[in-house]
Amino acid sequence: MLWTNTKRVIRSGFVNFWRNGFVSIASMLVMIITLFVLGSIIFTSVILTTSLEEIKNKVDINVYFVTTASEEDIVAIKKSVETLPEVERTTYQTREQVLAEFRKRHENNQFIIQGLDELQDNPLGAVLNIKAKEPSQYEGIAQYLESSAVAQRNGVPVIDKINYNQNKIAIEKLSRLIDTGQKLGLILTIILATISVIITFNTIRLAIYISREEISIMRLVGASSKYVRGPFVIVGIMYGALSALITMALFYPITYSLGRATQNLVTGLNINAYYIQNFVQIFLILLAAGVIVGGVSSYLAVRRYLKV
Amino acid sequence: MIYFDKVSKIYPDNSVALDNVSFGVDPNEFVSVVGHSGAGKTTLLKMLLAEERPTEGAVFFQSTNIHGLRKNEINDFRRKIGAIFQDFRLLPNKTAYENIAFAMEVAGKGDEEIESDVPHVLELVDLGRKMWSFPHQLSGGEKQRVAIARAIVNHPDIIIADEPTGNLDPINTYEIVQILKKINDLGTTIILTTHNKGVIDSLGRRVITIEGGKIIRDDKEGRYIL
Repeated sequence: MLWTNTKRVIRSGFVNFWRNGFVSIASMLVMIITLFVLGSIIFTSVILTTSLEEIKNKVDINVYFVTTASEEDIVAIKKSVETLPEVERTTYQTREQVLAEFRKRHENNQFIIQGLDELQDNPLGAVLNIKAKEPSQYEGIAQYLESSAVAQRNGVPVIDKINYNQNKIAIEKLSRLIDTGQKLGLILTIILATISVIITFNTIRLAIYISREEISIMRLVGASSKYVRGPFVIVGIMYGALSALITMALFYPITYSLGRATQNLVTGLNINAYYIQNFVQIFLILLAAGVIVGGVSSYLAVRRYLKV
Repeated sequence: MIYFDKVSKIYPDNSVALDNVSFGVDPNEFVSVVGHSGAGKTTLLKMLLAEERPTEGAVFFQSTNIHGLRKNEINDFRRKIGAIFQDFRLLPNKTAYENIAFAMEVAGKGDEEIESDVPHVLELVDLGRKMWSFPHQLSGGEKQRVAIARAIVNHPDIIIADEPTGNLDPINTYEIVQILKKINDLGTTIILTTHNKGVIDSLGRRVITIEGGKIIRDDKEGRYIL
C-alpha cells in the first residue's frame, strides 16, 4: 500500500507539473533567479578570496644591504630571520643578481646602461626579500631587523634600509581592507541568500494558493493530508531540480564570457575554468538548495489549506 | 442511520444558521431538505461531512459522533459518504477518469480495481465517451454526472447532494434526479437539498422544510410548500 501510494503521489506530481505548465514556468523562473544569486555568490566569493589571497601574497618587504656588507653577514641575517615563526619564506639576491636584473629592466634605456658601464663598481647592494604569513606581521619583522643586534656588525651598519617603513601605511590599510572585505562579503551573502529564499517561498505559496480549491475537494473526498500534500512537494522538488539544471547551463556562457576579465583581475583564476573544474560540486550545492527550498516551501504552503 | 441531536450553528459574526435542529434519517431513505437560500440547508450538509462543527448539539452517523472523530478518522469517515455539490467540485487538472480514480486511490483501492471500475461507473452515468475529457471540456450536466460517478464509485452508505441541479437546465435536472433515484433504488441513502419545486414534487419522498435555521415541516411524502 505504501509503495502504491508513493508511486501514485510521484506520478501525480509529474502530471501536475506538466498540466500546470504556466505556473510551473513562472515558479521556476523565480527559482532560477534564486539559484543564480546563490551561484553568483559562490563565484564572487571565489574571485574575492583568490584576489585577496593574491594581494596578500604581493605584500612583502625588501631588506637592502649596504654595498660593503659581506656575504656571510647577509646569510647570517637570512638564517636568523627564517627562524621567526611569522616568516613564510625569504629570497636572497646577491649584488650581481640585482645588477643583472636592473640592467635587464632598463635595457631599452640607453643613458642608464651607459651610466652603469662607466661606473667601476657595482653600485647596488644585495637584497633580501621577506614574505610573512599574514600582512599584519610585517611590523614585528621590521622591528626585529632594525634592532641594532641584527642591523649592525661591530658597530658598522650592514642594512641600508628596509622598505617596510615606506610601505607601512599601505600595508596596514590593505590588511584592514582584506578584513572588512571578508566580513562584508559574508554579510552580503547572508542578506542576498535570505531575500531570494523568501521570494521563492512566496512564489510557491502563490502557486499553491491557486490550488486551494483543489486541496479542499481532495479533503472532502477523504484524502489524507499526506496524500494531498505529496504531489505538491514532488512538484516543488521538481522546480528545484530543474531550476538547478537550467541555472548551471546558464552559468556556462556567463563564466565563459567573464573568463578573460577575471583572469586579468586575478592572475591564475579563470572563472570559466573554475566552473568546469568544480562543475559537480557547484551543481550539487545548487541542486540541494533548490530541492530543499522547493520541497519545504510546498510542504509549508499546503499546510494552510489542509485544515478542511 | 444519521441523527441530528439538537444541533445549533452560530457563525462567528453571530448569524444563526441552524437553531436546535433534530431529525433522523433511516437507511435507504431518500430525504429532501428544502428551504430558501440562507435557510441553513448547506450548513446542515457541511456538518455531515465534518466540514463545519456544530456550536451546540451533536451529529451521529450510526453510533459515532462525527465531530468527536480524529483527523485521520475523518478521512475514513468521508470515504463512506459520497458528496455531490452545486458547483460540481471536480479537480480541474484531472480528466473525468482521473477524478473518479482519485476517489478510489484515496480509499486505498488497487490499480486493477480502479481500471475496471472507473469505466464501468462512467458508463453507468452515460459518460463512457468523455472519459478522457477535462472538466472544462464538459457541459454542466456532464460535470455533474462525473461528480455523481465519483460519489458512488466507492459504494458509499450515503450520498449527500447539495443542490446538485442548481446550475443545470430542466432536462439535465431531470436526468440527474433520475440517476439519484436509481442509486437510491439500489439501496443507498440519499440526502438532497434543493429549492427546485419540480424536483421535489416529482420525487414524492420525505421532505424536510427549513426556515430561518429551524425545521418547520417534516412530511413523509411531502411536496414543496414554502
